[in-house]
Amino acid sequence: MIRPQDLLCPRPEGLYCAPGDFYIDPVRPVDRAVITHGHADHARAGHGAVLATPETLEIMGERYGLDFAGARQAAAYGQPTTRDDVEVTLVPAGHVLGSAQAVVRWKGLTMVVSGDYKRRRDPTCPPFEPIPCDVFISEATFGLPVFRHPDDREEIARLLRSVAQFPERSHLVGAYALGKAQRIIRLLREAGWDQVIHVHGALERLNALYGRHGIELGPLEPATTARKADFAGAIVIAPPSALQDRWSRRFPDPVGAFASGWMQIRARARQRGVELPLVISDHADWDELTATVEELRPGELWITHGREEALARWATLHDIPARALALVGYEDEGDD
Amino acid sequence: MRAFADLLDRLSLTSSRNAKLTMVRDYLRATPDPDRGWALAALTGELSFDAVKPAFIRKAVEARMDPQLFAWSYDYVGDLAEAVSLVWPAQPGANREPDLSEVIEGLRTATRAEAQGRIEAWLDALPQARERWALLKLVTGGLRVGLSARLAKQATADLGDVPVAEVEELWHALRPPYEDLFAWLEGRSEKPSSANPARFRPAMLAQAIDEAVDFGKLDPTAYAAEWKWDGIRVQAAHEGGQRRLYTRTGDDISRTFPDILDALTDDGVIDGELLVIRDGKVAPFADLQQRLNRKTVDARLMAAFPAAIRAYDLLQEGAHDMRPRPFVERRRRLEAFVARQASPRIDLSPVQPFATWAELAALRARPPEGDPQIAEGLMLKRWDSIYEAGRPKGPWFKWKRDPFLVDAVLMYAQRGHGKRSSYYSDYTFGVWTQDAAGQRSLTPVGKAYFGFTDEELLAIDKFVRDNTVERFGPVRSVRAEPHHGLVFEVAFEGLQRSTRHKSGVAMRFPRIHRIRWDKPPGEADEIAALERLLVQMEGR
Repeated sequence: MIRPQDLLCPRPEGLYCAPGDFYIDPVRPVDRAVITHGHADHARAGHGAVLATPETLEIMGERYGLDFAGARQAAAYGQPTTRDDVEVTLVPAGHVLGSAQAVVRWKGLTMVVSGDYKRRRDPTCPPFEPIPCDVFISEATFGLPVFRHPDDREEIARLLRSVAQFPERSHLVGAYALGKAQRIIRLLREAGWDQVIHVHGALERLNALYGRHGIELGPLEPATTARKADFAGAIVIAPPSALQDRWSRRFPDPVGAFASGWMQIRARARQRGVELPLVISDHADWDELTATVEELRPGELWITHGREEALARWATLHDIPARALALVGYEDEGDD
Repeated sequence: MRAFADLLDRLSLTSSRNAKLTMVRDYLRATPDPDRGWALAALTGELSFDAVKPAFIRKAVEARMDPQLFAWSYDYVGDLAEAVSLVWPAQPGANREPDLSEVIEGLRTATRAEAQGRIEAWLDALPQARERWALLKLVTGGLRVGLSARLAKQATADLGDVPVAEVEELWHALRPPYEDLFAWLEGRSEKPSSANPARFRPAMLAQAIDEAVDFGKLDPTAYAAEWKWDGIRVQAAHEGGQRRLYTRTGDDISRTFPDILDALTDDGVIDGELLVIRDGKVAPFADLQQRLNRKTVDARLMAAFPAAIRAYDLLQEGAHDMRPRPFVERRRRLEAFVARQASPRIDLSPVQPFATWAELAALRARPPEGDPQIAEGLMLKRWDSIYEAGRPKGPWFKWKRDPFLVDAVLMYAQRGHGKRSSYYSDYTFGVWTQDAAGQRSLTPVGKAYFGFTDEELLAIDKFVRDNTVERFGPVRSVRAEPHHGLVFEVAFEGLQRSTRHKSGVAMRFPRIHRIRWDKPPGEADEIAALERLLVQMEGR
């Protein structure tokens, strides 16, 4: 009888596959790693060999330099690779460009490691693909019923209303540099905002990378060149930490906005001095998490990180055996 | 409901007064009657429902979801209305989304039991968490989004480009949803009549005197002087059988002070200072605070903290509007009016005789016997001044007494908001204490976030960033050692004992008076200096 824990088990370095001798998203350098996506807490430098989607490899190269790992192996979505007896297939997770779930098959057992994922439309990456499995290993960043992300178009409309209401001020939108920033820019373009969007220097390389992958971001300019008065009425995108930094002084009476799932909680917004919270997240909210588990109805649900307690209880109430892995080292979205 | 919910949401996270004004004004412009009128009533505190108790809301949500999951959710969010608004499950095929007036009308006409059913149905029908949050704020009483009633009235007045005083004078003659008010402000009809008895008359306020400039130009014989008593400025009205007590912004506080209104036997409207007065002596401001912000009051409290009005002015006497009459005449009539009431609950603020500005300065340096805190300073009123709403330049001046000063050490700094959002601009400062072993340490005594120039702010911000010891969210603790740190000369208006502050004292109106870059923190004041001051203030 094959048990799931014979195929994948948590270790201090991350989730380990013994029969294939590799880790998934390890938080420390290891010999062989499968990386689900390019966010720094999942994709670290210094592994011996890395298997990931071509986009994720490119993102890691952009961030860490091309020598970020001893060997790089690209696996396109849906293309299986075999290590010993273990077959690994990367399929879209809908989180950011290049993000994937790792589907691990061995001796008739299928386990899916979701990585970070979401279920709603994102103009910058292909949608999550549900894969029937024996064990679904899910994240639970927003695994509490209070996290129910509204329609992102509504949130962008609120931003644009505020821009119209305060034409003399600039709007500073804090957004994670990989994925969130480009999604916000795309959503603004879709909402009809065709003016120049000013961007913080830390976003430029990733914006260019998205551009190379056919994601049209429209006219962008560095937020450094204009004079203070030129920023009146402007939308500026910057990493969240820059909002409170001296960097933001170049803008006239800025309205501080922050695009994150955490902005659902007013105390979080208040604490950071955010005047315009935009509830836009690249993670599944409570409804998406529970709907995904319901849709897949796996034999077991394992939960990697986040608020695993509540999701585990929900699954148990719905007769799906659940187990919290309590993996450490993964950060909350944009919570710097 | 969506526009109202968005407004509350934005207001609650905005600190700039101007931005709030813009938000309310834009909302009132864009929203049709009667929704905007109901919103204005809610924002000004004219509507207050306590249709449901928190326990009911909790029960309602627990009937819809696993109580354990809700308990974790509530625990995480920390606020019941917010937690419930977020977790409330979507109800496919629920009723049409209600608009604001439907909700308000529905609540006004409902019994308690009916209200509960309606609220649950509305929560089912409202698609956005923000809207459910706004609904729950509305039905549990008190919006608490950091908007004063006066600011809401200011935004309303801006619609018609009229002074806010005009709206304030009308206010108590109007009923929500204020369609007549909006019609007038938008030029669609005549101004509504304000002739309802015992209405609020917008208050006249004084300019701060500029000692260096004004005294050289002003004629001392043209002015009356009196103490500026340190209580709450109020207006008491008795007309046509109605008795009302208002704050200077027109909030009706009649219910809290029936003892004073009973004393007002003649028809008239007086302007004065609300104080606690025992045997003719003014009690500390803290005593007055025992009477404020209460919905009701009982005999015990009234006996323990006997409130009174010290009268400054007479705005209406019987059928006569006294406001167009000169102060000299109003004052003469006021003296006779107060004498006729013959009550210890209403007395007169005495006029202080003086012939020259030098004499007045000497008087200011010698505040009323025994107590440096009874009066905040002096008021100067031109004998020929009419009573006009607002803060006209020239007829009335206030000349505040010099503030108290203390040298304190910067301990913590917090980032500000809006224009100051990248600056450490809110400061917690402390003075030295000594333990039994003679070990000295700093204890926080207050917070201040103004009193410095933009250039000084830059310099303090740099100091904070360069001397950070620890960070806690938006707060940094900074180096504060005997030979390394930053000393502020802090000005404040008074001291009170406080159990909420570790140091045991609380300052009134503290602000940064001067930055003592030159002074080593070890030479800043000790808590003993504040304690001596406190004893001196109390021992009158």
